[in-house]
Amino acid sequence: MTARIAYAEVEAGTELPARSFPVTRDTLVRYAGASGDFNPIHWNERFAREVGLPDVIAHGMFTMAEAARVVTDWTGDPGALVEYGVRFTKPVVVPDDGSGAVIEVSGKVAAKLDDEARTVRVDLTVTSAGQKVLGMSRAVVRLA
Amino acid sequence: MALDQSFVGRSYPPTAPYEVGREKIREFAEAIGDTHPAYTDPEAAGELGHPDVIAPPTFVFAITFKAAGEVVADPKLGLDYSRVVHGDQKFAYTRPVRAGDRLTVTSTIEAVRSMAGNDILDIRGEVRDEAGEHVVTAWTKLVARAADDAADDAAGGAAGKQGE
Repeated sequence: MTARIAYAEVEAGTELPARSFPVTRDTLVRYAGASGDFNPIHWNERFAREVGLPDVIAHGMFTMAEAARVVTDWTGDPGALVEYGVRFTKPVVVPDDGSGAVIEVSGKVAAKLDDEARTVRVDLTVTSAGQKVLGMSRAVVRLA
Repeated sequence: MALDQSFVGRSYPPTAPYEVGREKIREFAEAIGDTHPAYTDPEAAGELGHPDVIAPPTFVFAITFKAAGEVVADPKLGLDYSRVVHGDQKFAYTRPVRAGDRLTVTSTIEAVRSMAGNDILDIRGEVRDEAGEHVVTAWTKLVARAADDAADDAAGGAAGKQGE
């Protein structure tokens, strides 16, 4: 594991570069194929409305994957991730209007956990259309 | 419908091995739009100390969720899978999943609860490689919503089976 961020150089409150991830129906079809999750609420508007959703929604695991990129891009080595957990609080609604939705992710170092293991906890804030879509979104990473 | 409490602590036998392929990792990385070279270029992965390309952190969910599916489909458990949404997800890694891994999953039911008419099931999936070494543990919380619950608060990770 070779993270490019040094443990000594971060402190509680250090902000990670924020990112925006666009999501369209095309994105969801690709993710369905790659992940094997073909639940029709992620691609079939008629079905989504029948089960009471406002429209097609993104896979929760897709949102979780995008949020992780803020952490893995920051450390430089995805293998530096020690723990990663989220709560799915609200769906990311993806309309078929040519622009879809945007997932906004920001993160900051919440605490330095272990000077010897050089681990820190990163808390992520993940929103779409102004609503928090992931809660308790936390990662533990091992720094250089 | 209340779930059978006697399932708490129950473990299921390890799954048949899942062989992780470079091209499957590439397909997954492209689907999430992540161009990190460690996912597609063995040399770039090697520079970070990995013996082959590694998988993005959430890649392993497809493997652990399939294993969990065998648990929740157990009719004796009494879970109404058509109303299931994904509540929480957590991973703890010993090392990243990488191409060439042959991974098995051992699933254990950690908790079974009912809250406000919802059935809540916590499943832990221990992922090991061919040598029996730990790679990652996945914790998945599934919530079967009460039958009269409004669907507009359904979580993004809805996991109901397709074609209902």
